[in-house]
Amino acid sequence: MARVVVDVMLKPEILDPQGKAVEGALGRLGLEGVTSVRQGKTFTVELDGEIDEERLAQVHELAGSLLSNPVIEDYVIREVTS
Amino acid sequence: MRIGVVTFPGSLDDRDAARAVRIAGGEAVALWHADADLHGVDAVVLPGGFSYGDYLRCGAIARFAPVMGELVKAAQGGLPVLGICNGFQILCESHLLPGALVRNDSLHFVCRDQRLRIESTSTAWTSSYEAGQEIVVPLKNGEGGYVADEATLDRLEGEGRVVARYLELNPNGSRRDIAGIANERGNVVGLMPHPEHAVEPLTGPTTDGLGFFTSILKGLVEA
Repeated sequence: MARVVVDVMLKPEILDPQGKAVEGALGRLGLEGVTSVRQGKTFTVELDGEIDEERLAQVHELAGSLLSNPVIEDYVIREVTS
Repeated sequence: MRIGVVTFPGSLDDRDAARAVRIAGGEAVALWHADADLHGVDAVVLPGGFSYGDYLRCGAIARFAPVMGELVKAAQGGLPVLGICNGFQILCESHLLPGALVRNDSLHFVCRDQRLRIESTSTAWTSSYEAGQEIVVPLKNGEGGYVADEATLDRLEGEGRVVARYLELNPNGSRRDIAGIANERGNVVGLMPHPEHAVEPLTGPTTDGLGFFTSILKGLVEA
């Protein structure tokens, strides 16, 4: 079984009100010196069989169309385990 | 004139949109997300709601519904399409309109009667209004903040493609108070507030929303 981990984050210039709310909560709970929190998503995709270049290219394409919206988000494929 | 209204799993306002079409004098045709056929309609409304539970991102999964493949092709060929609220989100996810809708800056779901200014009357859906006309229609969204890069916003403004703007209060952090935009050709319009809920005095704050539906019917008759 193969596994691909995809991280999706809002682009730096897009306001992240959820991250801001978390930032405020961390401060209220006593963590000093928090300067920024950004909230993102992680997708762990498990696949039967081996992952070859063609399948990885497919994952890239879907990460840039379904899993993320390139207008507001960036994705990175963090991990590929065969 | 036959106006299609698409129902996705999780659509809420498809019945109100169909009713608005009928009150304006058109025939409403129910379209189904899983049916890759527009059944020869003259225009399409993508209604509000929470298609696919808003999972992943609002409109992100609906964009890949079978009916959308046909709709995108037809819209690129000039078919008039109005996306309201979740429909606007689906149009952005489909790249029929630029930009995206993100979480309200307040993080709260907002539901209010919203004053708008109609900025463009040269679209298929706003020709019944007068330029600069102020209207009040319901607004209800959690992820209605319109965002795009500065170059895109400048282009939308420069080409007269900002269709409506929020007045008095920006309810969701939309850039430049944008409530609705159009594509270059003016046949595709996305709008965050809900004109279909303001077509009858009994249930709406006004009947100001009717103009979107009379615009399209008038345009189709003249075409």
